[in-house]
Amino acid sequence: MTTINVAMALTVGTLFAAGFYLLLQRSLMRVLLGVVVLGHGTNLLLQIAAGPPGAPPVLGTGNTDLITDPLPQALALTAVVITFALTTFLLALGYRSFVLVGHDEVQDDVEDRRIATQTMPSASLDEDHDHVERPGADSDDDAGDDETGGDETGGDETGGDEPGGDETGDVEAAAR
Amino acid sequence: MNNAAADPYAWLLALPVLLPLLGAAVTVIGSRSPTLQRVVGIVVLLAVSAIAGVLLVVSDGTGPIVAPLGGWAAPVGIALVADRLSSLLLLVSTLVTLAVLVYAIDQRIADYGRGTASTTFHPMYLMLSAGVSLAYLTGDLFTLFVAFEIMLTASYVLITRRTSAQKIRAGMTYVTVSLLSSLLFLTAIALVYAATGTVNLADLAGRVAQLPPGLATVLGLMLLLVFGIKAAMVPLHFWLPDSYPNAPGPVAALFAGLLTKVGFYAMVRTQTLLFPRDDPWTLLLVIATATMLVGALGALAQNDINRLLSFLLVSHIGFMLFGLAVFDAAAVSGAALYAAHHITVLATLFLVSGLITRRTGTVLLDRMGGLLRTAPWLAALYAIPALTLAGVPPTAGFVAKLALLQAGAAAGPWPTVVAGVVIVASLLTLYALARVWVRVFWGAPKAALPDDDPDDEVLVGTSRTPMPMFAATAGLVVVSLAIAAFAGPLTAVTGRAGVDLLDRDPYLVAVLGSGGDR
Amino acid sequence: MTAAEPERVPFEEWDRPQEGWLLSGRCRDGDDRTLLLEVATRTLFPTMLVFSLYLLLVGHYSPGGGFSGGLVAGLAFVLRYTAGGDVGLGAVVTVRPPVLIGSGLTISVLTALVPLALGAPVLSSAKLEVVLPLVGSVSTQTSLLLDVGVYVLIVGVVLDLLRSLGSGIARDMRDAGERF
Repeated sequence: MTTINVAMALTVGTLFAAGFYLLLQRSLMRVLLGVVVLGHGTNLLLQIAAGPPGAPPVLGTGNTDLITDPLPQALALTAVVITFALTTFLLALGYRSFVLVGHDEVQDDVEDRRIATQTMPSASLDEDHDHVERPGADSDDDAGDDETGGDETGGDETGGDEPGGDETGDVEAAAR
Repeated sequence: MNNAAADPYAWLLALPVLLPLLGAAVTVIGSRSPTLQRVVGIVVLLAVSAIAGVLLVVSDGTGPIVAPLGGWAAPVGIALVADRLSSLLLLVSTLVTLAVLVYAIDQRIADYGRGTASTTFHPMYLMLSAGVSLAYLTGDLFTLFVAFEIMLTASYVLITRRTSAQKIRAGMTYVTVSLLSSLLFLTAIALVYAATGTVNLADLAGRVAQLPPGLATVLGLMLLLVFGIKAAMVPLHFWLPDSYPNAPGPVAALFAGLLTKVGFYAMVRTQTLLFPRDDPWTLLLVIATATMLVGALGALAQNDINRLLSFLLVSHIGFMLFGLAVFDAAAVSGAALYAAHHITVLATLFLVSGLITRRTGTVLLDRMGGLLRTAPWLAALYAIPALTLAGVPPTAGFVAKLALLQAGAAAGPWPTVVAGVVIVASLLTLYALARVWVRVFWGAPKAALPDDDPDDEVLVGTSRTPMPMFAATAGLVVVSLAIAAFAGPLTAVTGRAGVDLLDRDPYLVAVLGSGGDR
Repeated sequence: MTAAEPERVPFEEWDRPQEGWLLSGRCRDGDDRTLLLEVATRTLFPTMLVFSLYLLLVGHYSPGGGFSGGLVAGLAFVLRYTAGGDVGLGAVVTVRPPVLIGSGLTISVLTALVPLALGAPVLSSAKLEVVLPLVGSVSTQTSLLLDVGVYVLIVGVVLDLLRSLGSGIARDMRDAGERF
């Protein structure tokens, strides 16, 4: 328990670096890949937290002194379930964005840009500033019906997430 | 069985989580029946409110209630714990959830008719409520993560469902930032487990104390970072004013009322329980100052009423952070009281903003005016929570802020300085809200603008305020007035909660059962 | 669009089953059919379902459980979808996915709640042991019911995924006049 597995530490570090890099991209698909890679990194970290590998923690398979700590595995299982749910959600969101605006890139915040380029403070109390335009995002493609991406896929998330909650209770209680 | 299971009220503890889950399941099955969905949602939330009330009374009377899941006592199994702080916030949160649900249902009926149903709204709404309850009640760091995930996943769906081309970007930002914080949370849990070998909060309290101070500090800061993103503390607040204004009215109100406060609650719980300190926390004092000022100044620059409210939300998170930063019983209890009041008042303001937008057809302050003449009742509905948020006596906001200021002034020179910043931020808040008042309610009445985003679900510019929506908002105003009216007993409860949080022993004894008579 | 394409149905009804259990003639567009995959699917589909049930039942004492069982069953449906398209999937699924999700969640939550009514802590489980004629002693845990709920739920989730990210997108593309 006192030494660190350097190979594992390096792997986790690489996964984190790659994951964060991907997370910083504009395309939602790359963000999704980043989340997946980061998720693998954290799950691996959870496994390392269990200490050096040992016998499988299955009841009745041998010496209980040799088995590895089962709790991080239960935690990682739950985390995997949750990452699974979020991955599908991001897929649906990316598709939805593709249907609505033709690409899946995260755009700049128009309101932020407006305030940044604002020349006159509009904070005075008594004047109207009708010249301030609202730079509404151009909604050229409004194709598709509203059901597929955002609405229907929503239902999945309940499911994808829930076993996380339920299983934790069960698995952890049993494992500990 | 064990000692904790003998608690006569322990059976109540799982219900605030399981009932909404069951409700979500039923509403998914009955997704073709709008009436069923609505009735189930309201009944479940009413029941949870009642249970939360009982939990508050019991935990205030006899100390924390503990329910071990599956009969496995902590630290081996997962325990649900209700102490004064968690029960109080659970009660307030559930009441707000209920009022916002009534508002959302009425909005749906008013806009789309009684017979239409959304397949996802009600299940996701109840799921979010279950996640919030679990976050308040869990006594286990990993279960806290699961609770956050349930809550956040439901919120992802709520913020992006039926989204339009104009608004999908905001949902993407929100989801990405939340995902990042969740993964960091998981990383923090892995590190905590590697260092201590447990994820039970009460058990951790003892084990973290044995860690080298540097390691404990790193773990504490990681948890602060994670919950800081969720609670929107500066400089991790950037996602909030970007995403909340683009959510549909009731959803924005729910998020503004609950989600950040759940993050703050988790912060209070972990910092007080795991990383106790004797004197004010300078780092958090600085962060609190920055949060208050950035939020309040940001609000002044906004022309969009929802963005303005979002910045004020950030600003007032700073007030609560200040209470935690001072780190004594009086300040933490002030922060608890402030959180309870903040949940109601922010949700109310967002609902009122939804009502205003319905009449004016726009969220831009410079495009509206004269509502005082066309909708005087709306003006009253805005004025009361606005004054409450600004902390004008004799409202609940004043009571809570006074508690914070007194605690800050008594805690030393630096907290006193930050207490001065609290006053400055309150004045800026008042100014921002007065600006809204002048723009929206005074001046010549203007005609309602057409809906500039007809693709999304929310219809605006309809120039009418359905009575039930109005009533739901008024109900929340009454709750916030009730907080002011019952300020005495409430302050007493949060005072005891603050003492307990800093003392830690009641919680530890209740969960671990070591020592004491429980 | 080929002649085999069924007539358009209202949106709410499009995932209702319209075909028999093991379909033959009408599948997806003739061009896209692969004989090898369809034949393999016919063999593998029942086997995978049985294996998923095995995983579900042994889950308490051995590797397996509701989640992994549900995923294996879900994969069987994914295979079915890959081979036959949404027509092929619609042939085997007779309930809407949200109903499956909701039922699974209901079963799980009720399993968690029942011990409360009996005075035990929430989520408690008990061992059940029965001696059956010919089979002998069979023991199981009440937490198996929780796993059954999870199993149903996960199957529902996978089906819903296939519906919204699979058939849904295919339908959108068909509507837009693109080839799938």
